[in-house]
Amino acid sequence: MRRVYLDHGATTPVHPEVIEAMVACMRDHFGNPSSVHSFGREAKKLLEDARSNVAKLIGARPEEIIFTSGGTEADNLAIFGVARAMRKKGNHIITSAVEHHAVLDACLALKKEGFEITVLPVDEYGMVKIEDLKAALRPETILVTIMHANNEVGTIQPIKEITRIVKEHGAIMHTDAVQTAGKIPVDVNELGVDLLSASSHKIYGPKGVGCLYIRKGTKMFPLTHGGGQERKRRPGTENLPGIVGFGKAAEIMTRDLPEETSRMTKLRNRLIEGFTAIPEVKLNGHPTDRLPINVNVSIRYIEGESLLLMLDMKGIAGSSGSACTSGSLDPSHVLLAMGIPHEIAHGSLRLTLGRDNSEADIDYVLQVVPEIIERLRAMSPLYDRKEAQACTPIK
Amino acid sequence: MYTDKVMDHFMNPRNVGEIEKPSGVGEVGNPTCGDIMRIYIDVEDDIIKDVKFKTFGCGAAIATSSICTELVIGKSIDEALKLTNEAVAEALDGLPPQKMHCSNLAADALHKAIADYKAKQEAK
Repeated sequence: MRRVYLDHGATTPVHPEVIEAMVACMRDHFGNPSSVHSFGREAKKLLEDARSNVAKLIGARPEEIIFTSGGTEADNLAIFGVARAMRKKGNHIITSAVEHHAVLDACLALKKEGFEITVLPVDEYGMVKIEDLKAALRPETILVTIMHANNEVGTIQPIKEITRIVKEHGAIMHTDAVQTAGKIPVDVNELGVDLLSASSHKIYGPKGVGCLYIRKGTKMFPLTHGGGQERKRRPGTENLPGIVGFGKAAEIMTRDLPEETSRMTKLRNRLIEGFTAIPEVKLNGHPTDRLPINVNVSIRYIEGESLLLMLDMKGIAGSSGSACTSGSLDPSHVLLAMGIPHEIAHGSLRLTLGRDNSEADIDYVLQVVPEIIERLRAMSPLYDRKEAQACTPIK
Repeated sequence: MYTDKVMDHFMNPRNVGEIEKPSGVGEVGNPTCGDIMRIYIDVEDDIIKDVKFKTFGCGAAIATSSICTELVIGKSIDEALKLTNEAVAEALDGLPPQKMHCSNLAADALHKAIADYKAKQEAK
């Protein structure tokens, strides 16, 4: 059976060159980068080469990159680190309703410690409104954390403009760029942010490694204490094979970004056109300010998990914002924040493209999907109710 | 995540559809929570001659609806009333724990259809 992986927003396959680099690291360079001897020095060189490559991906200086265990830790380090360092200055933090749980839940945890949290609403496309941000800023605002692009619906936030306002106000700006670093051009100086989180496994690197960019001069406390690694901001012996893999992935993404972005955008637009040609299928997220890899649609009258299972039987891997797949009784907090009703949010489908996808994959998906939708709708009591309404003459 | 039996009933659901002049109809759930089941029954001499269903919901919701129809066709009303949601799940070789409550409502829908049938009988 044909297998089409369209869940690159969840994770990506590890690039063969990345695997090679990691194997070579483990086989030939097992040393501890902190050691003085040649084994240690060789390991240290790999560590710093990887740091340079990751820095280059986001336009940073190598010394501004702190390696972490992934995007979640980077988000937590940024938010807790700043909150604790700046507490004397203020206790107010601003975030948005569509953030990843790594950010939302970190902010909720700080609320329990006495911080005040403002959660900005979003418009129908999942976009933060500048006027809402301006209204929320207070003298005691120390940190604003708003994601670069949304992981579910792909909407790209106006981070440059947001950052300008936040900096003018004198607060620290963090952005979660886990979905953008390596997928669209990201430059920390162009954006102006103080802190930026990125992840390796979303860009064909290994899992368990990510980084936090920390602009020079940004005050923050570490979350863990130990040795002097990572400029004391993230102590502990480095996950060198993981970091080397991340570095290689960053190098490949920097090299291939322009070509891949335009190829992904073409495939994405074909999928969006194909899906929205089906009756009562609506695109979620912004039509143009959108990740090139992201398609998110709501398919009325059917439920997301049953759709995913049927797609899986045809070899197609996607994800959904339905409650069944979110692990709670509520559907996606992102779709709900965008004002999408529960029953429509339950019928959402996210397909996220990657390097391994071809035009033929898109042909296959667009051939298979309408049949599946029709099958599930034929089973749905909501669909025939709608048919009955359509048949009722308007008085 | 799901047993082979659940996947079989999900991919090849039995008795999907409606009964034109049903003896009773029962519906449970709501679109907000993500599961709706509607069950139609055709009863003759207190025996369930036919059952059809329509379900909006996850794999477990569709599979439980399907097997529930199979379990009660040919049974008497009294026997059908003894069917529980737990027994439906058991007939599918079990459901994941998180699905036991939100998506395992087929027996409830069936009981509602029987109550609807009884109410109609009394009205006659």
